Amino acid sequence: MIGSRSAADTVDTGGMNYLASLPRRLVTVYLPLVVFLIVLLFPFYWMVTTSVKPDAELLDVKSNPFWVVHPTFAHFRHLLFETQYPLWLWNTLLVSVVATFLSLACSVLAAYAIERLRFKGSRFVGMAIFLAYLVPPSILFIPLAEVVFQLGLFDTRLALILIYPTFLIPFCTWLLMGYFKTIPFELEECALIDGATRLQILTRIVLPLAVPGLISAGIFAFTLSWNEFIYALTFISSSEVKTAPVAVVTELVSGDVYQWGALMAGALLGSLPVAILYSFFVEYYVSGLTGAVKE
Amino acid sequence: MTAGAAAAGGPVRSRGARGFARALDNRNLLGLLFMLPAAALLLVFLTYPLGLGIWLGFTDTKIGRAGHWVGLANYLYLAGDAVARLSVFNTIVYTVVASTVKFALGLWLALLLNEKLPFKSLLRAIVLLPFIVPTALSAIAFWWIYDAQFSVISWMLVRLGWIHQYIDFLGDPWLARMSTIIANIWRGVPFVAICLLAGLQTISPSYYEAASLDGASSWQKFRYVTMPLLTPIIAVVMTFSVLFTFTDFQLIYVLTRGGPANATHLMATLSFQRAIPGGALGEGAALAVAMIPFLLAAILFSYFGLQRRAWQQGGDA
Repeated sequence: MIGSRSAADTVDTGGMNYLASLPRRLVTVYLPLVVFLIVLLFPFYWMVTTSVKPDAELLDVKSNPFWVVHPTFAHFRHLLFETQYPLWLWNTLLVSVVATFLSLACSVLAAYAIERLRFKGSRFVGMAIFLAYLVPPSILFIPLAEVVFQLGLFDTRLALILIYPTFLIPFCTWLLMGYFKTIPFELEECALIDGATRLQILTRIVLPLAVPGLISAGIFAFTLSWNEFIYALTFISSSEVKTAPVAVVTELVSGDVYQWGALMAGALLGSLPVAILYSFFVEYYVSGLTGAVKE
Repeated sequence: MTAGAAAAGGPVRSRGARGFARALDNRNLLGLLFMLPAAALLLVFLTYPLGLGIWLGFTDTKIGRAGHWVGLANYLYLAGDAVARLSVFNTIVYTVVASTVKFALGLWLALLLNEKLPFKSLLRAIVLLPFIVPTALSAIAFWWIYDAQFSVISWMLVRLGWIHQYIDFLGDPWLARMSTIIANIWRGVPFVAICLLAGLQTISPSYYEAASLDGASSWQKFRYVTMPLLTPIIAVVMTFSVLFTFTDFQLIYVLTRGGPANATHLMATLSFQRAIPGGALGEGAALAVAMIPFLLAAILFSYFGLQRRAWQQGGDA
């Protein structure tokens, strides 16, 4: 009897009981999953509908808020042609791309040195890099404001480009160390015997093998920089150099009457670039996220 | 070796170049050289500011005016300041409630996603969306959802006949706290779920088969197979989650700016308000530094607390 029961249970992990317990799975798996998805996606749906709704419909309490009767692109037109929104997007893109490549370059060298050269004290440096990852920006922004001011970088995009690596380098280095660890030492030894220099080994052997890691780190670093808020809020004051997330919050929110349509359009346009990039590289992004946590 | 090869290739090379090439084969020197760019950036923009922040906390620095050493005056002042004390209370409530719920819902969602499902990778990609879009921008969507006059939640509840007046989500202290916590949970659950899902996928199915052969119920399988094997990754994920939640800034800044009546001020938002618009860099820095002991305690608790349990369970087995 025990044997028969366990046999049935073992099949449970396979596919046969799948049909038999469909009503049960409907309640225990599909229903909660659908509720999760609705809740997680609702704010996005809400952003989209609000951004194409004419003002009259937005402020009409009687009408059904879930539907748009006369969709309009007026809010997007206002945003793109009557505000500095394109400029803010450009600022965000510029800062994110440059900060990402700068961090990647520094991280590749650092991770290779820590993981492969194993210089004296490399274990200690690896630990220090990990600890640097745990320092939150909320603690650093006040003294950093002093540093930025003293260096004459206040209100420049260069300030953000130089400061974003403080959270990107620890993350990327940590991630790349994990990737470098998986490359067999023998490959490097062969190259050394053939007379390759360390730099040649890094550029011709290690880096090509670590391309998935580089993509993961790059995608992750880009989204982290794109989403950064507190530094961009603190170190930038002129409208022309603001990044999109900060500008939407500080420049579009003005006066007593909030322009919800334009605000939602701004939020949507500011989220789209990372969402699109993410959709192309989901696997890399997830492996970056989980890889950094698993180490 | 390399130097020799280089010399054979080009006999005109000077001794200096050969020495340089040979020096580059020295692991310690090359390691130092490779570490240089990362170390320089981190030392100037991370380590130095961290020390400077601690020093600023002991001074009365204002924006545009160098400060003088005032000892513990900032900390004593903040300890007697009702708003600062409230911000500590708010931060703890925010962190404890949000992290607990994020863990419970995240684990549940991870278990659901670990089932046999159609379009599994698509589902996983969709689930992570709230985590990847800029928080400041999704917070604006929540601001609109919580609007006092046009909130869609109020509209639905009125339609259902459950309430008769629109709810002022961000106007009442406890409602505002709960509303901001819910927005934080919305953003954090995907992170917890996807990381735990990665952990779940590393658990070999043979453990479950063995448990089934021993007649374990699905609860027993969860309790005695899944949980012990998942504990190390739970420890790391929750450490990060607590860290992010405790130091959260943008969500509160966008949704309430600390209001109503400072009811939602977190330590991070209050230190920003005091230091940047208020100009009191010293006081703001002291408040930020005051977060460090709490953070260390939270990290030690969630990391070593869970880690030790994992070790004990490993020892039992």
